[in-house]
Amino acid sequence: MAVRECDVLIIGAGPAGLAAALYASRAKLRTVVLEKGTPGGQVRTTWSMENYPGFARGMTGPELMDRFADHAKEFGAEIVRGDVATVDFGGDHKIVTTRGGEEYRARAVIVAPGAEPRTLGLPGERELRGKGVSYCATCDADFFEDLDIVVIGNGDAAVEEAMYLTKFVNSATMIVVHDEGILDATAIIRDRAFKNAKMKWVWNSVVEEIRGDGVVESVVIKNIKTNERTELETNGVFVFVGTVPKTDFLRDHVELEKRGYVVANELMETSVDGIYCAGDARVKYLRQVITAAADGAIAAVAAEKYIHEEEGFREMVLDPKEPVMVAFWSPTSQASLDFLPRVERVAAAREGKLNLVKIDIYKNQRVAARFGIAEVPTMAFFRGGELVEKVCRPTNESELAAVADKVIGG
Amino acid sequence: MLEVNKENFEAEVLGAAGPVLVDFWSTKCDPCMALVPEVETLAAKYGDRVKFCKLNVLENRRLSIGQKVLGLPTIAMYKGGEKVAELTKDDATSANIEAMLKEHGR
Repeated sequence: MAVRECDVLIIGAGPAGLAAALYASRAKLRTVVLEKGTPGGQVRTTWSMENYPGFARGMTGPELMDRFADHAKEFGAEIVRGDVATVDFGGDHKIVTTRGGEEYRARAVIVAPGAEPRTLGLPGERELRGKGVSYCATCDADFFEDLDIVVIGNGDAAVEEAMYLTKFVNSATMIVVHDEGILDATAIIRDRAFKNAKMKWVWNSVVEEIRGDGVVESVVIKNIKTNERTELETNGVFVFVGTVPKTDFLRDHVELEKRGYVVANELMETSVDGIYCAGDARVKYLRQVITAAADGAIAAVAAEKYIHEEEGFREMVLDPKEPVMVAFWSPTSQASLDFLPRVERVAAAREGKLNLVKIDIYKNQRVAARFGIAEVPTMAFFRGGELVEKVCRPTNESELAAVADKVIGG
Repeated sequence: MLEVNKENFEAEVLGAAGPVLVDFWSTKCDPCMALVPEVETLAAKYGDRVKFCKLNVLENRRLSIGQKVLGLPTIAMYKGGEKVAELTKDDATSANIEAMLKEHGR
């Protein structure tokens, strides 16, 4: 198995992964992006891209993603074809293997796997996929030139994709669960759709079944007010009813919420040190190209800081041969500020035999949490990379000195 | 890979003596483009037993729909003038295509 080392490994080359790659590689980190298909993620399947700032009409999803990828590569990021098989986030080196047999060892990992279209599970839906049932307008629009289609969904994506489809089809019938005139889509998109002569509307209704022998022939529509069922002949059914995150490979490795989205904080930190999440796979309010890119930038900067902190901690605390006393303090704790001069005296009296490292727990919450430092001042003693003693809130200097001598005497 | 179209589909695919694989694709289909190198690798491996063809659906829309292909990517296998197996959308992976070639490529 080929083993490759890098600083930051990014899983997924959608807008989140590519923005992270740009920021990480520009910070001079060795950056590898793993992508199982073509870079660009879901944006690849979106033709009209008119809400990414700086690009008005005329920019397409695929073109914008080509620019993202080129931009990341310009700073040295490497985009590699690969499908993740296993992950091991337990050690200092995060290990990711691919189905192609490569093994990556990274100091930090940014997961940006994105999401994929949600399916409805209707009778006929699975059987007729690629036979008239589609989740991708740009992929399949050409098949439906001058034909009639049905669109399920009424959010922004559904209505925008339906409008794109009207450039090809004879008619697009929107099946909407709401009362007449009400859509989940925003007002600007709704108003444009209502003016589109090729779009037809069926209100208060849901699709119950997709029928066809080999190819789609009709749908069964149920009016939820009257419970009346009607069969509507159609050549295609496009489904745009939201997405599901592609996070199965992360299950049991990082915390996910019940629908499978990765739980991460404002710094994109997941439940595991050194593992970050960016983009649509994360629990968040708005899933757009711009928010994915923003996540990517934050994750990359946070990962960079993490790598440097870990490197610093290793060099100062874990690697030295002589014992190290780490003084955890906080600028908000007067007691810890008052005690620091005494800590310095204890260290100075043992120069050459004991190193002193001061860590502000406010700035280094992760390190403090890892060693269970809840209160300050706490002095932790390390020898040979191991935590050997801990003194929590010592009452006086001699108490600390005694522990220091015990550690040195080892 | 042999480019097939509405003119030669009958002779090259349906009239072929042995098994034939047809890669239905289009320039607008990104998953199809991503699959190209993988299908080519398989063509190098199984090309002696199976005839590998590609069909651009943009230029052969009626023919594609006639073959009941209304979504991309679709990789189908034909034998004796009939479609015997087919993989579409997410199912059209390198591993699945290879399994299909093993089963029907004799």
